[in-house]
Amino acid sequence: MDRRGFLKTAAIAASGALAAPRLSLAAGSKTLRFVPQANLANLDPIWTTQYVVRNGGLLIWDMLLGVDDTLQPKPQMVESWDSSPDFKTWTFTLRPGLKFHDGEPVRARDVVASINRWMVRDAPMGLPIKKRIDALEAVDDRTFRFRLNQPYPKMLFALGKSSTPCLFIMPERIAATDPYKQISEYIGSGPMRFKKDEWVPGARAVFEKFDGYVPRAEKSNWLSGGKRINFERIEWQIVPDGATAAAALQSGEVDWLETPIADLYPLLQKAPNVAVDIADPLGNIGSFRVNHLYPPFSDVRARRAVQIALSQEDYMGAVVGDDSSLWKTLPGFFTPGTPLYTENGGERLKGKRDYDLAKQLLADAGYKNEPIILLVATDVPITKAQGDVTADLLKRIGMNVQYQALDWGTVGQRRASKEPPDKGGWHIFHTWHAGADCISPAPYTALDASGGTAWFGWPKSDLVQEKIAAWYAAPDLAAEKTAIAELNKAAMDFVVYIPTGFFQFKQAWRTNLSGIVKAPFPVFWDVTKA
Amino acid sequence: MLSYIARRVLSTIPVVLIVALFVFSLLYIAPGDPAAIIAGDQATPADVDRIRASLGLDRPFLVRFGDWFWHILHGDLGTSIFTNLPVTHMIAQRIEPTVSLLILTLIISLTFAIPMGVIAAWKHGTWIDRAVMVTAVLGFSTPVFVIGYVLAYVFALRLDWLPVQGFTSISNGLWPFLRTLILPSVALGLIYMALIARITRATMLDVLSQDYVRTAKAKGVGQRRVLFVHALKNAAVPIVTIVGIGFAALIGGAVVTESVFAIPGLGRLTVDAILRRDYPVIQGVVLLFSFVYVLVNLGVDLLYTVFDPRIRY
Repeated sequence: MDRRGFLKTAAIAASGALAAPRLSLAAGSKTLRFVPQANLANLDPIWTTQYVVRNGGLLIWDMLLGVDDTLQPKPQMVESWDSSPDFKTWTFTLRPGLKFHDGEPVRARDVVASINRWMVRDAPMGLPIKKRIDALEAVDDRTFRFRLNQPYPKMLFALGKSSTPCLFIMPERIAATDPYKQISEYIGSGPMRFKKDEWVPGARAVFEKFDGYVPRAEKSNWLSGGKRINFERIEWQIVPDGATAAAALQSGEVDWLETPIADLYPLLQKAPNVAVDIADPLGNIGSFRVNHLYPPFSDVRARRAVQIALSQEDYMGAVVGDDSSLWKTLPGFFTPGTPLYTENGGERLKGKRDYDLAKQLLADAGYKNEPIILLVATDVPITKAQGDVTADLLKRIGMNVQYQALDWGTVGQRRASKEPPDKGGWHIFHTWHAGADCISPAPYTALDASGGTAWFGWPKSDLVQEKIAAWYAAPDLAAEKTAIAELNKAAMDFVVYIPTGFFQFKQAWRTNLSGIVKAPFPVFWDVTKA
Repeated sequence: MLSYIARRVLSTIPVVLIVALFVFSLLYIAPGDPAAIIAGDQATPADVDRIRASLGLDRPFLVRFGDWFWHILHGDLGTSIFTNLPVTHMIAQRIEPTVSLLILTLIISLTFAIPMGVIAAWKHGTWIDRAVMVTAVLGFSTPVFVIGYVLAYVFALRLDWLPVQGFTSISNGLWPFLRTLILPSVALGLIYMALIARITRATMLDVLSQDYVRTAKAKGVGQRRVLFVHALKNAAVPIVTIVGIGFAALIGGAVVTESVFAIPGLGRLTVDAILRRDYPVIQGVVLLFSFVYVLVNLGVDLLYTVFDPRIRY
């Protein structure tokens, strides 16, 4: 080949290469490329309660019941059930034809083993059942039964709850794993099977359609109904940088972002072929969490001082930004728009903020300018924003705040310390709770006020616990609402924690996708790609 | 020479051991708790304690270190706390993107930086020299992530020539492989390029003023041969030294570059592991990096003998 011939051939080869379609675009309509909220670092949804693991788990494992968008549990793996009038005996029958990804049928004994593992790790709903159990038995291959020594009317909600840990059904041999140790086989009976051979933690997780899955006949609705998957593969691509993820969506390299960063909403809304909408209608509740064990916040007057000075508008502006459609003030503990929502007792969070009264209450509580240890996870934008507002607030009411900038991993360790604040403990940290976990006291760990066994901060109020128990015992919705109104007031008066507001995030997807719904978790069934 | 290489390789063992002890101690005293992260935000303190115990994180320092070190001696870097996968497997999954990124960055950097430095020295004091130095200063002072975002915006989003993010293995073809690496390599390489160009220029300026260069010119040797054969070879020792030293900076830059371009390499593995306090992974990756760094320095020392025959070991 002469020089001219070589150059000509090279030019043709180069132009062909440049014109070649992107590999990523060649994925076609049978592959969905999804960017989850976080890295899928493990896949045991009982061992860890991280939401991203639950979301991956929803593809792999099926559930006995699943909630719909009215938060009502509906049958999923179960065909029917029966309960005794005193709610002490519950009998469930599995629907026929359920199969695990290894081809084995789903049997009642798999369900019993899965329930046994789940109960240990689910403090709000699983443990109360475990404490009431006389027997949990597989009657035959398709039937299992609870025999309880106390009534448990919330059984259906417990078995179908969407908050972590969900009750996922695993094969008996896997479910027999110690609940505090991680499973190593990811075999479920859900609509997708996990491709462990393609898993690169921190980069990619791949799910493949499970042909043996038989969806229910009903239309899908959140975790209930027929989970019909229209893709051969769902690829989760972990993109750690929010700006890169948004650019990848714009360029068509990915199809769906679960949580684009809020700063980029305007950019994505203007981008061609990209749709943006609210991700989770149940949103999130910001949390100002104090340590009840040590002064000044061991005194309710000091907690109330912060409560009457705290401006939820300031917090929400810092967390979500200028778009006021994404947040609202929340003079209550429960998720707005859900049946049990109430503002009873929330007066101290409404109206003009009263710094003078706050200072007076602090003085009454004996506060004398001691350092207040504020733990701020600066690597998490939501906690960083809340921490900054809190530092300013505490100064305004005359507190001597020590802002400790940490990463979330360190806050996670420090907040577990019951040591005095000046010996490695703490006074305040921030977090937020998914609205789906705040619809009732059952999944609401943060509202528990049982003292030493309560969530971090260890609030202790017999009255709050009494009201929670009243809700568990409530036989109908009206009684539940009454119990919740009283609980909300008791928890507000005691200041179990201080809600900093209700806020929502958006999701974004390519417009060639259809069927995306708003839910507290990504719903992949019935999504299609043109 | 062979005995020198053997001695140097053997000398990496105490270095790696010291690094191992240092890293383990540092992680032990560092705050953070993987059990709390595993348990999730809604977990109770009792759950966190149980998970910590099941992971063996409640054992004394010496017991944990002894256990870990015993496994290291058997070639076992341990198992990730989070993924339950062997650390060696996780490192193996991530080596190709990082090695590819570093090699391509080195190639791009050296290909452009050395001629830039040589030409700047040759045209010392002219606008060409100043242009090269301004470019070098810009490359040196602009953060990698800014360069990364600008490149991605222009070449991926606006021009649609290259992908925004990701990595394609070379097993899928050379061009798909290169497409994903061009922007990250350029972004990462600019700072390295600037460093090498500046050192090359400074060294070449020194060499070009030597008598033997004047003699070569007087003998009628061509300009190109004087620059790239006579002068550059003698300027090579400091350049090779800075290439070796810069390798550490390159690894550090790879962490940022891999995050910006979503490349599943060792840099991201390290960052993810640190944020989650996945101790076995952090220890494994740091050990690997320290070993590689020692080997790079050995390579640099050996290259000295190639460029300067007077150096003997």
